[in-house]
This record gives sequence, structure tokens and C-alpha cells, in this order.
Amino acid sequence: MKKTIIQLTDIKRDFLVGEETVHALKGVSFSIEEGQFVTIMGKSGSGKSTLLNILGCLDTPTSGTYLLDGTSVQSMNKDQRARIRNRKIGFVFQSYNLLANTTAIENVELPLMYNSAISSEERRKRAIEALQTVDLGDRLMHKSNQMSGGQMQRVAIARALVNNPSVILADEATGNLDTRTSFSILKLFQQLHREGRTIIFVTHNSEIASYCERNIVLRDGRIIEDTHNSGILSAAEALEKLPKEE
Amino acid sequence: MNLSNLFRIALRAISKNKMRAFLTMLGIIIGVASVIAMLAIGQGSKRSIESQISEMGSNMIMIMPYDAERAGGVRMGASNIQTLKNSDYEDIKNNAQYVKAVSPNVSSSGQFIYQNNNYPSSISGVTPSYLEIRQLKIKSGYMFTDIDIEENNKVCVIGKTIADNLFPGGEDPIGKIIRFNSIPFEIIGILESKGYNTMGMDQDAVVLAPYTAVQKRILAINYLQGIFCSAETEDLTPKAVESITVILAGNHRISNPDKYDFEIRSQEELSSMLTSTSDLMTILLACVAGISLVVGGIGIMNIMYVSVTERTKEIGLRMSVGARGGDILSQFLIEAILISITGGIIGVLLGFVASYGVKVFAGWPIFIESWSVVIAFFVCSAIGVFFGWYPAKKAARLDPIEAIRYE
Repeated sequence: MKKTIIQLTDIKRDFLVGEETVHALKGVSFSIEEGQFVTIMGKSGSGKSTLLNILGCLDTPTSGTYLLDGTSVQSMNKDQRARIRNRKIGFVFQSYNLLANTTAIENVELPLMYNSAISSEERRKRAIEALQTVDLGDRLMHKSNQMSGGQMQRVAIARALVNNPSVILADEATGNLDTRTSFSILKLFQQLHREGRTIIFVTHNSEIASYCERNIVLRDGRIIEDTHNSGILSAAEALEKLPKEE
Repeated sequence: MNLSNLFRIALRAISKNKMRAFLTMLGIIIGVASVIAMLAIGQGSKRSIESQISEMGSNMIMIMPYDAERAGGVRMGASNIQTLKNSDYEDIKNNAQYVKAVSPNVSSSGQFIYQNNNYPSSISGVTPSYLEIRQLKIKSGYMFTDIDIEENNKVCVIGKTIADNLFPGGEDPIGKIIRFNSIPFEIIGILESKGYNTMGMDQDAVVLAPYTAVQKRILAINYLQGIFCSAETEDLTPKAVESITVILAGNHRISNPDKYDFEIRSQEELSSMLTSTSDLMTILLACVAGISLVVGGIGIMNIMYVSVTERTKEIGLRMSVGARGGDILSQFLIEAILISITGGIIGVLLGFVASYGVKVFAGWPIFIESWSVVIAFFVCSAIGVFFGWYPAKKAARLDPIEAIRYE
């Protein structure tokens, strides 16, 4: 029986906007097991960003419980949540969010800089391994401004991996990439999934759903669909099928 | 989170944008450099004054007549007051305790003439002990003697400036007769050169003659304009002054110190007065320079503040990968301190260069105290902490969700 990495029970999140209360999430419940590759989809305004922030411990729910890898996190304070983010979560953003004018390896080391338990040798070793996993082992010292969008996203993924997180949270990870590069990133995610990683991919692009094993759809702050995919497509094959570049 | 990691993070962040870091610390650099240079100039002048004074004889005592009636505010020209007499000089010479040498003083300004050359200066009527009191030496020839004094002889000893101006051809002045306001004096000796003193006076523009000759032949007076003494040692100066006071008060029959018709100044007093003036000047200069340090600190605060806004996305990212508020605060605070301390180091070096520049090009004396460097460092660190605090706190309080979406 696989371990449950994420368990949300009746999560609600209200925001006070001026005089009105906006109910961004109206009672969301689901659980995700270790090694699952899940997409969370919804149009803008569906509450998926709010859900992502709560999943990523950047935000706390107004009510409900959130168990992350067995730890109850909904009532943690800012510093405790920072620690959880550092140890258990890896973020991949749409706009990469790398440090400007900084080498790939320094970027990947960043989360470990805030972990005093890791020595600088260990930190460097892990960073190199992570970059090798994403096929950038030969670009350790390249700076962010010397890289293409796809390479930058790979660095971001390596950064998300370096602390050996319980879950990788990707927010529109292919949003800024062209078709070819998007597929190569998806191919990378599928590879990480095969290696046993738990991945949550938040997107409004329904095409991506076919490459993952489970789709959760949000509308108006509630889950309207939670389906398992029977025919998962291979991004590697899709990449092959694309017309070759001149 | 451990300090060395935070330090490394701060250092990496600064080195990313070296130009901005340099411009930020420019205010500190200039502030520290000016503080160091100002203090060096002030200390240099003070020490120079001190050594000049001690060169003149730190145990020197000057007695001058004093008009107690008209005192207060403007000092009367001592040359018109007639209360010091030859007998005062004799009594002090014979009876004062702790006093080593005594010389009366009468002087007059006028023109010195030799053949076609002339030079305006003054003639000082003294006794031979004057040389010892003022630490003067004879270079060639002789100083006049007590016999010359007894006989009111019109002989004199001159300084280098007088010699150069009256004998431009380089002839030996000794044995020649020069005229002072038409009165002939024979030169019997030349003084060793002493150069200019800190007050800008030419110590070589001097002519010494027996005081009796100056009193009788030039001024036609029978009183003295002043009496110079030297105490046995610098420490005994106050006691010597006391002893002299008793004698003079006795002679002049004045028992109330407020009504004394004489004034006794010791070199020690003059020295401390001059150095305290010099200290005041140093403090003022340093304050002005200190103000520029504060301005430099404000510059740091401005740049850090702008930097926080510019790096909002970066801060959001750092928080999302696990930086706590405290980590962000420390990072920015360390950055501010690193910038101000680096600015301090460069400023100190620049201050050294500027001070030596002043010495070489303007000829002013300088002296760099080690405490001025230490203080500069402490002040810089304090500035870094103080002016970096507010921006750092602002950074730490950012909300990661908003920060990361900031455009």
C-alpha cells in the first residue's frame, strides 16, 4: 500500500477583498499517494492558484486539514512553513524564477543554502547530481542569461529536486515554452515520475492532462472531476513526431 | 540558518552587482576618508605646535605688565604700561626660587640699515641668559656679555634673515656697523637659523642687543616691557611662578591678586591653550566630516530600500524555497554591513593617501592616530546596521505569494 503524501480534508480559503469576502476554495478534499503524477486543472478564477499556494505551504487554509507526508501543516506559523517548504517541497514556476546573473549550480544549490544540516561539499554534490538528472551536467557554470528557456526550466527543475522533496509542485511549467521545448520538459517530468517522484502539475492547458495519470478539475472553488487516465501518452514519442527543425 | 551560509549568500548577492555596491559605498568612502584626513591634519597641527613650543623651552615663563583698571575684553599694549622695573628684574634674578635663568625685555620696531640695504624689523633688548631661555644658539661670533650691559654698549647679535637682507652679497656681517633708526650698533654675533614657527613667524628676523642700550639709547625709558624666565624644570614651573609672584607683589606693594599690575604666563599654560584650540578645531573638522558619514549612511539606506523593491521577486523565490523572514533580514543586513565596512576600508586607505598628499603638496604636518582608524570602523559597522535595518525589515516582511508574482 503506497504511502499518502498529501491529504486534504474539506479545505476552505476565504479572502477579504475590500468589504466582500471571496470564497476562493469552498471545501476541497483529496489525497495523493507517493509516486503519482497528477494534474490540477481549471480556468482562471477556479481557485487553482489558491489551491497551489496551500499545497505549497505558502498560504494557510481558513479551515480544513492538510496532512503533508504525515505532518499536519494547516496551523503552522510562517517560519515552520518555510522549513517545510525547504525540506519537503520543490517548486517549478512558469517563469523559471532563477537568480539573475548566477550560474546554474549556484541556482540549484539555493534551497540547500537555507538548510544548515547540509555541508557545503554535500550541497555541491547534490547540486551536480540534480543537474545531471536533468541533462545539464555539462552546463554547471553557465549563467542564467546564457541559457535558453528550456535549459532554464531544467535548472529550475533541478533546483526543485535538490532537497529530495516529498512532492514537486509545478505551476504552468511549460507556459513560457514553445511546443518542442514543452514536450521535452514533459518528457523530463515523465522520466522523474518513472523514477518514483510525486508530481503535481497545475495548468489550464487540457492537452497536458493526457500525459499524466490522474486529473483533478476545479471550478468555482470546488472539485468537479477527479479521474484516472487510462491511456497515458508518451511525451517522448510526441517529441519524435514533431516536424524536425531546419 | 547558519551564519557562514548567510554570509556567503550576502556576498554572492553583492558581487552580482558590483557597480551598484560601489556607488552605494561611495558616500561612506568619502565620509571616512575625510574624517581620517581631517583628524590627521588636526592632530598633525596639534603635535607640531606642541613640539614647536617645547622646542622654545617648555619651562619658559613670561612676565608682562598689566593694567588691572582697564582690563577686561581688549588687552592693552604692554609697551605702554610702566609698572615693571629694573629692580624687579634684579630681585627675581637674585631671589626667585626654582628659576634658572632670567632676562628682561624691551623692544622697539624700526628700520635696520647697512649701506644701501635696509630691512624693517625690531630690536630686542635682553641679557645673555635670553639665549638659554629661548633655546637660541650662536652660529658665529659671540653673544654680548654682562659687561656690555653694564656699559650700555651698542652691540648686537642678529638672525639669518637680517643677515641675508642687509648683506645680500654674502659678506660676513660680524664687525660691521648697522644702524637702527640712525643709531649705530656693531654686529658681534650671528644666531643659528630656526626657520618659521607654527604661528607663521620668522624666528630668524631677530636682533638682540643689551637691554640697557635699548632702554637708554633707543627708547629713553627706565622701565621694562617684560621679563623672560626659565624654570628649573617643566614640573617646577608652577612653583617658580609662585615665587616670582610673591616677589613682584612685594615689590609693587599689592596684596590683592585682582589688582596685580603684572601678568605671568608660563609656556605650559600657553601650550595647553594652543593645543586646546587645536583640539577644538580638530573636533569641528571631524564633525563636519562626520556629517558626510551620516549622509553616506542615508545613501546606503536609500539604495538598500530601492534594492529591496527591485529584488522583490528574488525575495519571493528565496522564501518559496525555504528562507524564513529572519534569513532574509540577516541577508540584507549583512549586505548593508559588508558594503559599509568595505566602504570604510577603502575610505581609510583613501584617507591615508589624502593625508600624505596634503603633507607632500601643501607642506602641512599630519599625524594619523590609530584610534581614528578604529573609530572609523566601528562607525561604519554601526552605520551599516542602523541604515540597513529598515530596508532589511521591509524585505523580511514581504508575503512570498505576492512577492513572487511581482512584476
